[in-house]
Amino acid sequence: MSQATTSPFAIPTAPRRRASGLGDKLFGWACVSAGGLVLLLLGGIILELFLGGLPAFKAFGLKFFWDTEWDPVKEVFGAGVSVYGTIVTALLAIILAVPMAFGVAFFLTELCPPGLRRPIGTAVELLAAVPSIIYGMWGFFVIAPLMAQHVQPFLIDTLGELPLIGALFQGPPFGTGLFTAALILAIMILPFIAATMRDVFEQVPAVFKESAYGLGSTRWEVMRGVVLPYTRLSVVGGIMLGLGRALGETMAVTFVIGNANRISSSLFGPGNTIASVVALEFGESETGSLKLASLLALGFILFLLSFVVLAVSRYMLRSRLKH
Amino acid sequence: MSVSLTGSPDPHRDVAVAASLGRRRKRADRTIAVLSWTATAIGLIFLASILVTLFIKGFGAMAPSVFTEVTKPPGSGGGLLNAIIGSLIQVGLATLIGTPIGLLVGTYLAEYARGSTFGNIVRFVSDILLSAPSILIGLFVYQLLVLPFGGFSGWAGVVALAILIIPIVVRTTEDMLSLIPNTLREAVIGLGAPKWKMIVLICWRAALSGVITGVLLGVARIAGETAPLLFTSLGNNAAQYALNAPMPSLPITIYSYAGSPFQDWIELAWAGALLITLAVLLLNIVARTLLRGIK
Repeated sequence: MSQATTSPFAIPTAPRRRASGLGDKLFGWACVSAGGLVLLLLGGIILELFLGGLPAFKAFGLKFFWDTEWDPVKEVFGAGVSVYGTIVTALLAIILAVPMAFGVAFFLTELCPPGLRRPIGTAVELLAAVPSIIYGMWGFFVIAPLMAQHVQPFLIDTLGELPLIGALFQGPPFGTGLFTAALILAIMILPFIAATMRDVFEQVPAVFKESAYGLGSTRWEVMRGVVLPYTRLSVVGGIMLGLGRALGETMAVTFVIGNANRISSSLFGPGNTIASVVALEFGESETGSLKLASLLALGFILFLLSFVVLAVSRYMLRSRLKH
Repeated sequence: MSVSLTGSPDPHRDVAVAASLGRRRKRADRTIAVLSWTATAIGLIFLASILVTLFIKGFGAMAPSVFTEVTKPPGSGGGLLNAIIGSLIQVGLATLIGTPIGLLVGTYLAEYARGSTFGNIVRFVSDILLSAPSILIGLFVYQLLVLPFGGFSGWAGVVALAILIIPIVVRTTEDMLSLIPNTLREAVIGLGAPKWKMIVLICWRAALSGVITGVLLGVARIAGETAPLLFTSLGNNAAQYALNAPMPSLPITIYSYAGSPFQDWIELAWAGALLITLAVLLLNIVARTLLRGIK
């Protein structure tokens, strides 16, 4: 303070100003190049996966995308079965998880006693934090036996008797398989979807809801008539985010999907997903082999799938989650 | 907006119809409420089931040797010491590498790139990386660092985990920096400070606890990552901590032990699973408590 008053006309000397200008330039440059690095990373991932998979694309052509053969002995590889498994398990997981997630979000925003809101919200978030390998072990040692002994025999006896969809619920109850994998995936993505839904539900202006309540609406009518229409886009975005997670989930699926390269008519049959094939067969493929190239090509396909889903999700969530 | 509160029969004329409509609406409301309670309860039961399973099986297998001995062939005991140390090294180095990069990117997005096209692209790409399948990051690093340099290495694992933590730090840094009021920035600039000093000395300091939260959440996330390590640091059954050779890690050890046919290995896997889950959940709880203090 005293210094400032003794020399009121002091002008920063030229070298100092240049120094701070240099500091600004360096710092700004560091920030921009860090941003550029992020772009490079994504570009690098696309490029490396594509180049790595190129021998497989060359050898099998476009047929690689839907061919269902995967025979390391004959050196014939196709992505058909694992793409099918990836999409079926992810979609089934979404079908199972979305109603549950909506229930949790509705509960947390409208029904929950205020004192319980925080602990239950935290518990749901912790469910999201559990590492996927733990889900895998839990699924394999706890859920799969449960499925084999109770859930699947029950479903086979009830749903399996129905016309048309019955075929989906037939076959021997192994416990593992597409259905169990989808169930574990559903539990894993449930907290992500629920947390997104809760966050967007909370951003609905209270005035809107109060107006509806003032007209005599019930809680469900407020949700259906006011909150959901207002947040529709973000809710779908949250669901897509969950779908993106489900597509690329590796460890949990590898434990419980049964790992067989075939498309079975029943959901209880074993199968595989892109991620589980890559994780399991990677160790057995030699450097430079066609198998390794095929695995990298599978990675490239998975990247395309999840990139599209995640990009759509981001686009939909962009407007609402910004404060 | 499709809620029709008045059905076709005019409720003003017919009291009985009005009463039944009201009952129906209330019943619908109550049904949904009960279903929501059930959904939440089921979700909590899942979490409880995971934790109870881990505690029962994990504590059953817990012994001092888990922390004092390295992994050994099946049937001869052994512990997880090398896996734990390997994980600590890889996660620690990945955090040290990833955090500054993520911090700079987040700073760029919040302080330099508001509304700019390049900034929007970087934000979009970073958000994609945040949710991208981690197994692909592993394959990428395999192509980038393992193939050209002739073998699996701890460094490759470190880089893979660092790539995973960057977008997490980016997201929290940007969010925390954008909570800082612009008047504070204007005050600092008005005092004649250069922009970088404003950011480093004022904005970063104001956002510090938020950024720490983000880093903690990031550490919690990468500590449990298994898939990317399969293709990078591979795992190792020896007490081997050189970064240019395959390196043991807890998730990989759990993965290979849990899938093995040997009872003692499976038990060790449960012990490891309990350790890693406790660490991850604890980090999350600490981070969330910190975050609550900020908001």
